[in-house]
Amino acid sequence: MATQQTRALGRLAVAPSVIALFMWMIVPLAMTIYFSFLRYSLLDPNYACSVLHPGQLFDEANRCLAGFSNYKYFLTDPAFFRAMGNSLKLVGWVLAISVVGGTLLALLLDQAFYGRGIVRIMMIAPFLVMPTVSALVWKNMMMNPVSGFLAYLFKLVGLQPIDWFAHYPLTAIVIMVAWQWVPFATLILLTSLQSLDEEQKEAAEMDGTPPLSYFWYIVLPHLLRPMTVVILIETIFLLNVFAEVYVTGTGGTAGNLPFLVYQYGLIANDIGGASAGGIIAVILANIVAFFLMRMIGKNLEA
Amino acid sequence: MGTISLIKARKAFGDAIIIPGADLEINDGEFVVFVGPSGCGKSTLLRLIAGLEDLTSGEIRIDGKDVTNVAPAKRGLSMVFQSYALYPHMSVRNNIGFGLKMAGLPKAEINAKVAKAAATLNLTEYLDRKPRQLSGGQRQRVAIGRAIVRQPEGFLFDEPLSNLDAALRVNMRIEIMQLHQDLGATMIYVTHDQVEAMTMADRIVVLNRGNIEQVGTPMELYNHPDTLFVAGFIGSPKMNLVENNTLGIRPEHISLSDNKGDWPGTVMLSEHLGSDTFLHIDAGARGRLTVRAPGENTLGPGSAVWMTPEKSRLHRFDANGRAIHT
Amino acid sequence: MARAISTKRKLIVTVLAWAIGFVIFFPILWTILTSFKMERDAIALPPIFLFFDWTTENYGIVQERSNYFQFAMNSIVLAVGSTFFALVLAIPSAWAMAFAPGKWTKDLLMWMLSTKMMPPVGALIPLYLIFRDFGLLDTRGGIITVLMLLNLPILIWMLYTYFKEIPGEILEASRMDGASLGKELLYVLAPMAIPGIASTVLLNIILAWNEAFWTLSLTTKSAAPLTQFIASYSSPEGLFWAKLSAASTMAIAPILVLGWFAQKQLVRGLTFGAVK
Repeated sequence: MATQQTRALGRLAVAPSVIALFMWMIVPLAMTIYFSFLRYSLLDPNYACSVLHPGQLFDEANRCLAGFSNYKYFLTDPAFFRAMGNSLKLVGWVLAISVVGGTLLALLLDQAFYGRGIVRIMMIAPFLVMPTVSALVWKNMMMNPVSGFLAYLFKLVGLQPIDWFAHYPLTAIVIMVAWQWVPFATLILLTSLQSLDEEQKEAAEMDGTPPLSYFWYIVLPHLLRPMTVVILIETIFLLNVFAEVYVTGTGGTAGNLPFLVYQYGLIANDIGGASAGGIIAVILANIVAFFLMRMIGKNLEA
Repeated sequence: MGTISLIKARKAFGDAIIIPGADLEINDGEFVVFVGPSGCGKSTLLRLIAGLEDLTSGEIRIDGKDVTNVAPAKRGLSMVFQSYALYPHMSVRNNIGFGLKMAGLPKAEINAKVAKAAATLNLTEYLDRKPRQLSGGQRQRVAIGRAIVRQPEGFLFDEPLSNLDAALRVNMRIEIMQLHQDLGATMIYVTHDQVEAMTMADRIVVLNRGNIEQVGTPMELYNHPDTLFVAGFIGSPKMNLVENNTLGIRPEHISLSDNKGDWPGTVMLSEHLGSDTFLHIDAGARGRLTVRAPGENTLGPGSAVWMTPEKSRLHRFDANGRAIHT
Repeated sequence: MARAISTKRKLIVTVLAWAIGFVIFFPILWTILTSFKMERDAIALPPIFLFFDWTTENYGIVQERSNYFQFAMNSIVLAVGSTFFALVLAIPSAWAMAFAPGKWTKDLLMWMLSTKMMPPVGALIPLYLIFRDFGLLDTRGGIITVLMLLNLPILIWMLYTYFKEIPGEILEASRMDGASLGKELLYVLAPMAIPGIASTVLLNIILAWNEAFWTLSLTTKSAAPLTQFIASYSSPEGLFWAKLSAASTMAIAPILVLGWFAQKQLVRGLTFGAVK
């Protein structure tokens, strides 16, 4: 459909976006890689490079090069293992909860019942809440061991209320984050469910298929594709969970990888260390992105 | 005034050669139909003439002027699209008048011309409606109105009737032919339906896989097809081919008898249309033949028949599928 | 479905669905309710549901004490600003990819989407340092730039899918009618693309409004949006639940409303079209 002139114009029209995104990707990444190999801390007076501006660093490279010591330091920090473990646990648990929960909720919302529109909004709402608000509301009004609502429920059934943040901080974070992402999974799975061919349902009925088999052999395979998308996209976002940890002050115990990098960088001001940590996070994310891009690529054809 | 010529027109999309090379002369005021199976390149050829696609090589001339690199709007042609391509957010009036607006005509003149075109097409009461409020046939007419209001040198129709139901199709066919008589403009009409081609065309261009197989009047193509392809494409039901595709005879040119004739056979199936009966006959070594019998024919499955082809209506083809004209 | 579903079954499902919906929505509901309580009622045991003295004093106090409106203004400016600038880049790009595609189109789109997958922490340090050295920390302009680049791939992607749904033949018809490229875009494409652009704007406003990582890292006071505003409530200063609730309600209310209208857009934008 495109003629010569429109094609040339097309190339011109994409140029600004391409340039902008390229700079956005490459410049910070390149700098992070560079810093990760430098001894560069904004605070420690023992490091000779601490007073230099990033520009000057390029001149003083020889003096400030630290080889892989930043990586070693970051990777052998006990906080790293804990953070990595927390990152993976957080992602794993939230994925499990949101996929299973999302599927069940989607199946429920697919049924006919009264007030479907309103219930749908109620179930989607958590995803629209700012993560900082979600974190504080949960920490204070839901999970406070004395006056929180969960404490009230526990006492109602005769159980001792749990001090979530003192004893189970990661669990608390998982609950908060899952609360926000189950609606996302529900929305996606519901959309896909509603695209299930009506005629397939009728054919299954003609065949006398019992509901459980219908679900297992027809619905589940159909949902497998959106489930994969949900898993991959959630993983990308979940690896980067930050606000909840930051705002609830659980960085010490339940901190994940992003928070650790933030700690190194903006709190301890160890630029070199933080950069190394950042690169490790990037590598982790690339592995996930590889699979996601393959999945999306297939769908761009569809 | 509206002569269109294609000189060695070639179109390739990357490595795929859609049109290897086409030469064609269309005379002023002619109604030419491009016909052929799906993928034969007829729409591509039309779009090349319109200027919506660029030629890979070759020339297009309109009235002797080389328009190969001229923008569609400046070629003096109008096009009616298969999907009508009406502007959904504009009223019928603005749809029809859009081209005139682009040409910078004063509002009063635009309104006058639009009113006239609408009157011709019985659209006057719909002028202020939006396309989504119209039926298929009405949208079709708006598309035609949009085309005629610019008074172009030539009209291009890209399968305009495919989206209509059978009855409407017949009516619109007649309306378009009437339009041609009234306007006298050159019209190029693309279709895959050989009935439309036969009934509407002054001349037919039969296309197969990007190649022009034959150009001629409907009767020329019917009586003297140049190739096996044309022979099989024109005429419904298809021409019977026997003796390893070297001998052809049309179903309507075979007479039947229950006791004597050239070719024996057994009736497998009969189709009763009321005005005709089509008998599908198993002729043994000669394969399956279709024969048209006038009116109601009572021969049923299993009946033995004798078929006699009209000698003057036999078509002979060589090993390459080309007709051997005697 | 042409057959009637038994009313009994419908009622059972209704009760179940409403119950679960209520449980999920509860924290939000509780927050909104608490915002109208006086502080002592907010922490009362057992919790009071509806029968308390309703007051709007919290909203007033929050505004007074922490100047909600400044933060809200920032949220609005950041969301609208980044959306506007992103559209300036995204619309031509999406147009080019949808209507003047080449062999590069698909790969380019994939690459753009992949930039969204880079973890923000990977860029945190350099961006922080660059912002610091160029005086961009805590400026609206700085954050608008970041938010714009962050969401640009999603915007381009969404506009691309909406543009692709516009039948190409209609644009060709306008070309046959004599429209130059500019007129084609103005008179034909733009009106048909408005719904798609509106949807995309809606999605981006939601994404920008809720963005927490960069707004928390790169702002402190003057450019701080509502994400930062709420974060400031994380250090407890005595009884403050009612005020926290009021602040929270004010922070999330606009998006809850917008989100209601934007469900389809959320699916389209956040799954990169992999789910239809």
